[in-house]
Amino acid sequence: MSETIKVPTMAEYMAQGKQPEVLFWVGCAGSFDDRAKKITKAFVRLLNRANVEFAVLGTEESCSGDPAKRSGNEFLFQMQAVTNIEVMNAYEVKKIVTACPHCFNTIKNEYPELGGNYEVMHHTQFLKSLLDDGRLTIEGGKFKGKRITFHDPCYLGRANDVYEAPRDLIRKLEVELIEMRKCKKNGLCCGAGGAQMFKEPEKGDKDVNVERTEQALEIKPDIIAAGCPFCNTMMTDGVKAKEKEGDIEVMDVAELIANAQDL
Amino acid sequence: MNYIPNILFAIVLILGIGYFARNVKKLIRNIKLGQDKDVSDNKSQRWKNMAMIALGQSKMVRRPIAGLLHVIVYVGFIVINLEVLEIIIDGLFGTHRIFSSIGSLYGILIGSFEILAVLVLVSVIVFWLRRNIIKIKRFMNNEMKGWPKNDGNIILYFEVVLMCLFLIMNATDLPFQEMNSGNIISQYITPWFSSLSENTVHVIERSAWWLHIIGILIFLNYLYFSKHLHILLAFPNTFYGRLTPKGQLDNLESVTNEVKMMMDPNVDPFAAPPEAAADAVPAKFGASDVQDLNWVQLLNAYTCTECGRCTSECPANQTGKKLSPRKIMMDTRDRLEEVGKNIDSNKGTFKEDGKQLLDDYITREELWACTSCNACVDACPVSIDPLSIIMHIRRYLVMEQSAAPVELNNMMTNIENNGAPWPYNQMDRLNWKNE
Repeated sequence: MSETIKVPTMAEYMAQGKQPEVLFWVGCAGSFDDRAKKITKAFVRLLNRANVEFAVLGTEESCSGDPAKRSGNEFLFQMQAVTNIEVMNAYEVKKIVTACPHCFNTIKNEYPELGGNYEVMHHTQFLKSLLDDGRLTIEGGKFKGKRITFHDPCYLGRANDVYEAPRDLIRKLEVELIEMRKCKKNGLCCGAGGAQMFKEPEKGDKDVNVERTEQALEIKPDIIAAGCPFCNTMMTDGVKAKEKEGDIEVMDVAELIANAQDL
Repeated sequence: MNYIPNILFAIVLILGIGYFARNVKKLIRNIKLGQDKDVSDNKSQRWKNMAMIALGQSKMVRRPIAGLLHVIVYVGFIVINLEVLEIIIDGLFGTHRIFSSIGSLYGILIGSFEILAVLVLVSVIVFWLRRNIIKIKRFMNNEMKGWPKNDGNIILYFEVVLMCLFLIMNATDLPFQEMNSGNIISQYITPWFSSLSENTVHVIERSAWWLHIIGILIFLNYLYFSKHLHILLAFPNTFYGRLTPKGQLDNLESVTNEVKMMMDPNVDPFAAPPEAAADAVPAKFGASDVQDLNWVQLLNAYTCTECGRCTSECPANQTGKKLSPRKIMMDTRDRLEEVGKNIDSNKGTFKEDGKQLLDDYITREELWACTSCNACVDACPVSIDPLSIIMHIRRYLVMEQSAAPVELNNMMTNIENNGAPWPYNQMDRLNWKNE
């Protein structure tokens, strides 16, 4: 952690008359949420390690509009989308990577109709491509032999059929990848989607994140791996609710890889 | 005199099919009450989906027990109905087993129908046990009380009766039994009638034959009033089902136009709206009633057979919230039927009845419990999309009524003011770099 991270902005690239190979879309959680900021930094360390020429929008980035759209505020969503698209098109952005499946889904599927056409990748897909190209090596390191289960984010899995990239990365850590009863297409939501993250749940007999955490506890993992900052929060809270925070860690796939190598 | 049965048969057939056709017309009219939706794209993929999902039952077998039983009943239903063709020809022309002249193939066909009939009987009995004795959870939710529960059982009783009549009809057909080809099951039933005179057996055969075809016609006409419409609508519904990624929610075009106007520095804000736009009824944002939904969503509602796979996968429902995606579909159909009847009784035009889909059928509590996780959409064996209806009504609530839960209003205010759902300054967005 002593190593300082390099985080150039699109504006800096432009000032030098250069184009980065990819735009890292940090997202609101990745920018402001204390837990998610650690994921952002872990991913940046991996990008630095692999010598990826990336840039962020920094203060020019704004909410993708996903929670507004899922709340029903199409107007606010489209205002956000059009504003972001104007910024990105001005920088001639071609390729985007993000660690947030909600931003990933929105920019990939809902921006094109509004004039934003980019190649959009989830960070696990991007890391997988770095691995395949030999730009990044992943070793077991300190997680070797641990029992790890991956919780599928709805907006990565069911919404966009990405199931294997995060699992391929986890397998590289020489760990025991175990699956919950409900996984992949049948995966249970963490409870945060559809703007639920920002409100109290409706009356019921249990919180969704507790239900999901119980499914994870059934298979006794050492670590619950996540690929979404909101899932991460929900599962962390679930583990706390079950008073298991001493035994089980909730970590993003990027953090697993970065921490395995003590980056 | 000899033609009386033929004429009678023709009348029964015309009445049965005619009444059904009338209701199909009504069904199509009701579906067309929905908004336009262009689904003319990618025909080849659509045919493929229909072949795989409806014809091939590919999503049914994701639950192996229910899936296998369903495949048996489905195949039985389609194959045994080939026999109906023969019954219709015999009935109209006074022939008897007209196809039996094709020789040994006939025996093979009828033999396989008989085997299927027994398999269907067994499956249907298991289905009944699952609903009434084992009480599988997804058949026990609140929305399944009353008519939906009875409807499910009536369909099963229909199938039991039809299969039994088919077997009895074969067993009491003595010339057919003498042929001893294709009576693979019915030969064991024939002895039950051996104490009766030949004449009585013939009367039983005729009765079973008539009741079988009348039963099929009644069942056909029952469809319109039942969840069982899926046997027909599963095909168009899978054809018109979504092809885009499940996460993609449509962008409202009317909003896009306004946003583009706002963002365009060249637009004259004081310009008079174009002539046509001034006359048009201002579009409502989102949906509060069935007419605001698009016709595919309404087709979805009629297609739903209330199996409850969506509800059993729903995270909100699993944790005791009121939301049940199946209920969303059932409510939509019930309201659409109500609107249709209103139109029927008011000479073809809808008379305001002071009701709507929102609040009178679907409550806000249900709508706000959704996590938009798409589990219901993925679980549906016939490509129904309950999530899109939830989202369209949320749009109405937020954009027409500003009636979002207060926490969501705070979140949206934050996005408007500082570009994030939390109250952080956009200028601090890169602070993490140096922390």
